[in-house]
Amino acid sequence: MTDETKPSVYETLPGQERYVAPIDETPLQDVDKVDESAPATSMWADAWRTLRKNPLFIISGLLIVCIVFVALFPGVITKVDPNYCNLDNSLGEAEAGHPFGYDFQGCDVFARTVYGTRTSLSVGLLTTIIVVAIGTLIGAVAGFCGGWVDALLSRIIDIFYSIPFLLGAIVVLQMFRTSSSIWKVVLVLALFGWVSTARIARGSVMEAKNLEFNTASTALGSTPMRNLFRHIIPNALAPIIVIGTTSLGSYIVSEATLSFLGVGLPTTTVSWGGDISQAQVNLMTNPMVLFYPSVALAITVLSFIMMGDAVKDALDPKSRTA
Amino acid sequence: MGKYLLRRILQMIPVVLGATLLVYALVFALPGDPVKAMFGDKPVNEAVAAQIRAEYNLDKPFIIQYLLFLKNAFTLDFGNTFAGQPVIDEIGRAFPVTIKLAVMAFCFEAIFGVVFGIISGLKKGKWYDSVILIVSLLLISVPTFVTGFAGQYFLGVQWSLIPVTASSNPTFTELLFPAMVLGSVSMAYIIRLTRSEISSNIAQDYVRTARAKGMSNGSVMTRHVLRNSLIPVVTYLGQDLGALMGGAMITEQIFNIHGVGFLTYQSILKGEGNLVVSIVTLLLLVFVICNLIVDMLYAALDPRIRYE
Amino acid sequence: MKKKALAIAAAVCAVATMLGGCGSSSSSSSSASSNIITAYASEPQNPLIPGNTNETGGGKPGDLLFARLVSFEAKGNASNEVAESITPNDDATQYTIKIKDGWKFTDGTPVTAESFTKAWSYVANAKNAQKCSSFFSTIKGFTDLQDAKNLKGDEQLSGLKVVDDHTFTVDMSQPDATFPIKVGYLAFAPLPESFYKDPKAFGEAPVGNGPYKFSKWDHNKEIDLVKNPDYKGNDVPKNDGVTFKIYTDDKAAYADIQAGNLDVMESVPASATKTFQKDPKVQAYNKAGSVSQTFTIPSNLEHFQTNTEEGQLRRQAISMAINREQLTDKVLGGIATPATEFTSPLTPGYSSSLKGADNLKFNAAKAKELWAKADAISKYDGQLTFAYNADGGAKPIYDAIVNQLKNNLGIDAATNPMPTFQEFRDAVTNRQIKGAFRTGWQPDYPSAENYLFQLYASSAADGNGSNDGDYKNAEFDKLMDEAYAAKSTEDANKIYQQAQEILLNDLPAIPLYYSNAAGVASTSVKGFEMNWQNLPVYEELTK
Repeated sequence: MTDETKPSVYETLPGQERYVAPIDETPLQDVDKVDESAPATSMWADAWRTLRKNPLFIISGLLIVCIVFVALFPGVITKVDPNYCNLDNSLGEAEAGHPFGYDFQGCDVFARTVYGTRTSLSVGLLTTIIVVAIGTLIGAVAGFCGGWVDALLSRIIDIFYSIPFLLGAIVVLQMFRTSSSIWKVVLVLALFGWVSTARIARGSVMEAKNLEFNTASTALGSTPMRNLFRHIIPNALAPIIVIGTTSLGSYIVSEATLSFLGVGLPTTTVSWGGDISQAQVNLMTNPMVLFYPSVALAITVLSFIMMGDAVKDALDPKSRTA
Repeated sequence: MGKYLLRRILQMIPVVLGATLLVYALVFALPGDPVKAMFGDKPVNEAVAAQIRAEYNLDKPFIIQYLLFLKNAFTLDFGNTFAGQPVIDEIGRAFPVTIKLAVMAFCFEAIFGVVFGIISGLKKGKWYDSVILIVSLLLISVPTFVTGFAGQYFLGVQWSLIPVTASSNPTFTELLFPAMVLGSVSMAYIIRLTRSEISSNIAQDYVRTARAKGMSNGSVMTRHVLRNSLIPVVTYLGQDLGALMGGAMITEQIFNIHGVGFLTYQSILKGEGNLVVSIVTLLLLVFVICNLIVDMLYAALDPRIRYE
Repeated sequence: MKKKALAIAAAVCAVATMLGGCGSSSSSSSSASSNIITAYASEPQNPLIPGNTNETGGGKPGDLLFARLVSFEAKGNASNEVAESITPNDDATQYTIKIKDGWKFTDGTPVTAESFTKAWSYVANAKNAQKCSSFFSTIKGFTDLQDAKNLKGDEQLSGLKVVDDHTFTVDMSQPDATFPIKVGYLAFAPLPESFYKDPKAFGEAPVGNGPYKFSKWDHNKEIDLVKNPDYKGNDVPKNDGVTFKIYTDDKAAYADIQAGNLDVMESVPASATKTFQKDPKVQAYNKAGSVSQTFTIPSNLEHFQTNTEEGQLRRQAISMAINREQLTDKVLGGIATPATEFTSPLTPGYSSSLKGADNLKFNAAKAKELWAKADAISKYDGQLTFAYNADGGAKPIYDAIVNQLKNNLGIDAATNPMPTFQEFRDAVTNRQIKGAFRTGWQPDYPSAENYLFQLYASSAADGNGSNDGDYKNAEFDKLMDEAYAAKSTEDANKIYQQAQEILLNDLPAIPLYYSNAAGVASTSVKGFEMNWQNLPVYEELTK
């Protein structure tokens, strides 16, 4: 990033795809020079090379490592039991050993914020991954194939979209009443979440399909499927990454809605979403109880948005030279 | 194009049938017995309960119930709610209010989302890009009930700047703040989307070419960059209008707006199959039509996309 | 392109503004007119027919539109209204009811004996599918009117006989000393002749004989009542009318009270319980009320049976491990009163010092001791679950109860929320819940009988009534029969107290607290009081 104003010839990236003319035939050879000695690299390897040097990626990566650490080893951060709640402490002020004070039921807010990381992060991440994978695949196939495939898939998306989330969630979660695993929540969130990613993916793929490189690739004898996965999807990925990373936070909050309805995780499972929705009742008198889990949520979402931006820039070589 | 339109309209028939069947089945699968619940904590008189079940066809097998609903729906009779109100009247009361609210929220998120997204995308890395990032992040992380409730208390009750709740026939001013609350989360998404698209398109070859041709900066922006950046944004906006109408439950509750979101919520809790399905069908039509418009816009935005 | 898009957006917004503008002209101007009170309400769940109204949305306007044989003062004492006299025979199996002269419905027709008998038969008749029909089950001939398939809907209760225009008799199928109080319940209201011609139209625009006259019902928006000039009963309104404004949420209504857009509401949203009594923008009311909140442990739940020593010990231990003061104070913000017995402080005959009331007092040490004693009889280390419906705001209280049991008694407890009320009631009535579950009781008429017989008598068990825990105790049933045959309400109340002492030992349900009559009114309103139903006394309000 240091040299963005003055592209240096020595920084030309290996594997650059714009090949113009044999080097010795053109005076532009320095600019468009392709380092032929470098091994052929994929777009992903390329992206990784760029990422490593991006401060945005480093900062967000460090943050995510910290968050994952807290999620894996909450006991290292705090020794307080997040499920020990005593009404004597209800909405109590911060004190030694309890830096964030107590919530409405008299539970330690710090311990709950720490222990909530695991649930919230797993729900958010897993849902995002599933939604992006399924949504991209279905949307891309619809946009790429067009015709009756598109019609069929698009109409299925329409039907899914029309089901009220509340209704679907109650009925589906009823089937897993006794399970306390977070997978049931991930399943429901993903079941109703993939459609919007699919629509976005479809639009982007329809756009990318008509770009020159696709025509070129087809002309060079590439099969349509190879085209779709090697060229079109990677090029249509930017909006999907943006929506995916931004939605991560909303999945974490939606988990709370389900618990609140009595169909989500057992009430003994600590999660940010659950604590946020419980704290809303006393928003006017004790805003700090709401504040801490919200900040934890915001930092997590911010890390993933930054990470998403960095990855997206790395995948799109043109945008980074802007 | 005409043929394409016709085909899309014909496709709506199986979609509506499929969706109504699915939603009807889901309402049927809701645990509990709506008739028993009508008696509250009080003892249920089985003879009366049986009479009520017969009146609403709840004593018949699921598929018969659905077919009866369909048959009546063809004559525009959507049945009665458990409170004895014609479903069509309930919907007629709720939809106009919600359409008003949703359209206002939609305008709000579309205009501000795209404008802030462009500013942010053009000046990537500048301080106002960061400010816009932080604001959109806040909108995403702070739940709607907090923004809505806090806004109502401070702007409405304390400082009397906005109406506290909407009246029975809500006016533009009464719905303004609720619409902003409702549209705020989607606005954050649109800002992020627009920003990302603008920043990648601005580096494209055709922009350089256009500039090289001597085209003015403004023209480059509107005729090339924006046009090419809008496909994902339009997709998102297109599906959001339907979502805004169906999913305004929290906002409607906070500001006492008797709209579709609240009606849907209530009818699901009470297990009112006819009402839920009728609402869903209408929302589905909105959604399908929005998608059709979006697909038309694709072709307008990118002439290489063609529908035959 | 951008300009075009903006122009379209602006045009759409302009349309929205126009739509808004059109709407505003017709918006209600009720707050402007001098002495009309605006009150918080929810949309009625049924047509406004007294016998079909069993929830507060319809109950609030219904109570004001129809005058019954007796009316209740704010404190809950009954006095004759339309009735001149209600005279029982010796064993309370027949009542002779005389009604006053000169009562009229708002359509001008007179209120006669037949206005009552035909209305009661209509409600009792299963063909008409009226939700309050079980209230008439003690009247002779009720069982003949339950086979809806072979009824036309106009068959009459054989126990009701019209003597003359102002007199009728009621034959009971079993003695019922509380009948003279029961007839004050809304379902016992008289109906005009016009009702039977078109019940559906009547349900949309009811014609009554009460302190107020129906004006209009704008669905999901408001119900307007105006003062009935012909009314000369016990509760003559001091204002010119009541407009019930229908709200989506009590928080929105509270904000409107603060802003002066609404005059009165009978609840306080959870977000305001800690502040409403100090809030200078509202008038607060907060006194002990009549709604009793309990949780029930099924009487035949293993290790918890009400008829074994082990079960009784465990029930008492659980009850004593709950700190009710802390619940009402910290969780409910002081809008509830800790329970001391099974009725309520507003019920005639209430006492806070019955034998066994100690079982409802917090005593962690004693609780542990009793639990250990029970464990000595038979070891139990299962998890006790507490079921409730998640759509009714009961979560904080059950979270707190579970925490108290874990901390004070050291047992394994957990909540078991169910998403909707209908699912919860279905699980309760089908006896599918293997643990404790939420129970609450809002009285229909102010009498201990309404709390005790309906909830704990053997004859109300097994799905025949509201005895959802299937509690059966012969001694208790005997006292209930004695109370029904008692000579006076005072005598009956003494017997009810004895019956309660049995309940306090067996604890078929564990009383938690009484929801207070807690509400707020805008600062411009005068005469704000609340009655035994936890509702404002609408007739007394002025501004």
